[in-house]
Amino acid sequence: MEVGQLQRKFVDYTASLFCEGFLDEQFTQLQQLQDESNPDFVVEVVSLFFEDTEKLLNDLTRALDQQSVDFKKVDAHVHQLKGSSSSIGAQRVRNACIAFRNFCEEQNTDACSKCLLQVKQEYSLVKNKLDTLFRLEQQIVEAGGAVPMVG
Amino acid sequence: MKLGGEQMSMASSSVSLKSGDGLADVFPAGLRVLVVDDDPTCLMILEKMLRNCLYEVTKCNRAEVALLLLRENKNGFDIVISDVHMPDMDGFKLLEHIGLEMDLPVIMMSADDSKNVVMKGVTHGACDYLIKPVRIEALRNIWQHVVRKRKHEWKDFEQSGSVEDGERQQKPPEDADYSSSANEGNWRSAKRRKDEEDEVEDRDDTSSLKKPRVVWSVELHQQFVAAVNQLGIDKAVPKKILELMNVPGLTRENVASHLQKYRLYLRRLSGSGHQGGLNNSFMGNPEAAFGSLNGLDLQALAAAGQLPAHSLATLQAATLGRSTNKSAISMPLADQRNVFSFETPKLRFGDGQQQQLNNSAKQVNLLHGIPTNMDSKQLANLHQSGQPFAGMNMQVNSHGGQSSSILMPMGQPPSRSQIVNESNGNQVSRLLSSAGQPMLSNGIGGGILTRSGVVDNVRGAAYHPVSQGSSMVDFSLSHSADLPYNSFPLGNNSGMSILTSKGVLHQEEANMEMKGSRGLVPSYDIFNELHQPKSQDWGLQNVGLTFDISQQANIHGTLDVPQSVLVQQGYSSSQKTMLNRNSSIGKTMFSAGEESGHLNTSNIGQQLHSFMADNSQRVKTETHTDATGQNGLYSEQFGQDDIISALFKQQEDIRQAENEFGFDGYHLDNLPA
Repeated sequence: MEVGQLQRKFVDYTASLFCEGFLDEQFTQLQQLQDESNPDFVVEVVSLFFEDTEKLLNDLTRALDQQSVDFKKVDAHVHQLKGSSSSIGAQRVRNACIAFRNFCEEQNTDACSKCLLQVKQEYSLVKNKLDTLFRLEQQIVEAGGAVPMVG
Repeated sequence: MKLGGEQMSMASSSVSLKSGDGLADVFPAGLRVLVVDDDPTCLMILEKMLRNCLYEVTKCNRAEVALLLLRENKNGFDIVISDVHMPDMDGFKLLEHIGLEMDLPVIMMSADDSKNVVMKGVTHGACDYLIKPVRIEALRNIWQHVVRKRKHEWKDFEQSGSVEDGERQQKPPEDADYSSSANEGNWRSAKRRKDEEDEVEDRDDTSSLKKPRVVWSVELHQQFVAAVNQLGIDKAVPKKILELMNVPGLTRENVASHLQKYRLYLRRLSGSGHQGGLNNSFMGNPEAAFGSLNGLDLQALAAAGQLPAHSLATLQAATLGRSTNKSAISMPLADQRNVFSFETPKLRFGDGQQQQLNNSAKQVNLLHGIPTNMDSKQLANLHQSGQPFAGMNMQVNSHGGQSSSILMPMGQPPSRSQIVNESNGNQVSRLLSSAGQPMLSNGIGGGILTRSGVVDNVRGAAYHPVSQGSSMVDFSLSHSADLPYNSFPLGNNSGMSILTSKGVLHQEEANMEMKGSRGLVPSYDIFNELHQPKSQDWGLQNVGLTFDISQQANIHGTLDVPQSVLVQQGYSSSQKTMLNRNSSIGKTMFSAGEESGHLNTSNIGQQLHSFMADNSQRVKTETHTDATGQNGLYSEQFGQDDIISALFKQQEDIRQAENEFGFDGYHLDNLPA
């Protein structure tokens, strides 16, 4: 695919992610932070997010698996996930976290487990989307083009 | 960013604190920020954003490491941004520590935007509260907290008795405008205004700098008191007092301002005589200041029928509950306070007890502004005994440098009483809202000196963001001194009862109050809390600093202890501090107090008189040395006079507030004994 096509594809894809609520304005902020001194900033941050989230999700799974669930701990994890997902603009993950926290407050293990499932789903969805996006970016750069800014 | 010339000069003085790294011209570029967050993603993003703002960023994912960094390099950072929820240490605790030890503005940050958490930030003295996800626009303005804090510190010191009201009035609007860091448009226009105001203020400050400072020494004050007594407190006019005193070089203005403060002080004294708990000691009773909810304010409010009985009970219960733990340490502190505040009677009353205990406890926590020089053990004790007040004084804002002094302009007694008497919080909120900008005074303060509509502003401001649930709670640092109060943002005492303190916003107080009450009550509490008199801060400072001393000696209600004692103490403290530390701007009196605390330990045991004399001596000498010793620190130029003035002003404010609450009559001899 030639550069122009790739770029168009990239723009459309990005727009769809915003439309569908996978990403929000905060992601744009990240993109705007990227500059010559940090050309891979977005990829780096998002990778960090993935790493961190996977750890959090594991911790959450383990915590909810306990005989007696420590809801404070669970809530702390979810709160952190909420913070990091909102910081990179992963809107749907963040929203899932909000719901999750409510059930933590109620100390409802079943509901929490369901929420965890939901969060995991949203996470893998957004991960796929972002991976695709980054791949597109890479292709554009490899084809000699510049990655368009989608505001 | 438009940088006014004066602003630059203000900034440059603070920038010069950064070891003259030559960045003065591009302020706020180069602002040294420490970011603490256990979330690596957020940390990375924040770092990048701050770098884009041209700040110098140090990131840290553990609170303990952050504290280490700060301790190792006291002068190495200008502002701290910290997450609230961290695994190894609660963000508010960190706030407390920073406020106590370093007196830096601290900004809290969290994905949690629930009102009570934000309020906690307020009461603990954070100078701002950002909701995640943080936008770069929000970070661009954080320099304002640094400048504001330093400005307040500087102004505090510079204020002499004859500071024009106009000068002070400039502060509130300025602070109000700058409180909102989320509002960039507002910021820009506010900034422009600030530049202008800065110009005027700087000019005024400069002129006041050149005025000969009057040091209200013990002897001088005694002469003053004698003259006043001779004339009769009601007939004592500055001119006649001046004639009676016959002190060369003393101007009518000096006497007038001193008289004002003295009157406030007396009013407070008599006020406390009337009501058990409602004392605002001259020293800015920590008790009063610290929001003993049970404190006088509650009583007053309850009496006024404003405070629902059950709320009062709740608050009192809460206070009691809180205070019981601290009795051991509180008492000595309380005693100490009594010494300065002449509030022996407080101990009499049950409520007073509570208050005292609470205050003590609170004070303990409030002491975060106190530099590390403080006896670590005592500090530890304080922390333990006190409730975990987030280091408000930080000024966290301010932040860390937080919370700055509480200035509550006492200049509006009528409105105040009205506000106080409002039975529904709406009015209060309205007032608060109208104020527009939250003014949280962190530490004692210079900021307090302003009397004017600031009170409303402050209140409004503090409450405003909360009620609106805005994502950013702006805390204007009216005082650079984070210590004991607000800035404690520092871990100030929670729930300091405002009691009569007027106008001083204590985040901590608000926080405490919030705990105990609900509904309307909290608003009152907040209101009250906000209005902590400056003197309270001072008192706390001094108290905190000398808390070890107080434990040794139980000086109760020494009538003879003139306000100047406190002033001197504070002053000498600051002086000492300055001498001992090449503290930068961030060091306000609080830090000074710390040092004096040590020095004064032995003194307290002695006669207050000699103590004072001693201090004044020390102060004088130190001042001189200090002035020569330090460069570029405007704090150096603080005169004892200014400090005293500041303290007096606080007193005044407190007094006025008291009056508003219906205390009246000043009876010097009416000390509850």
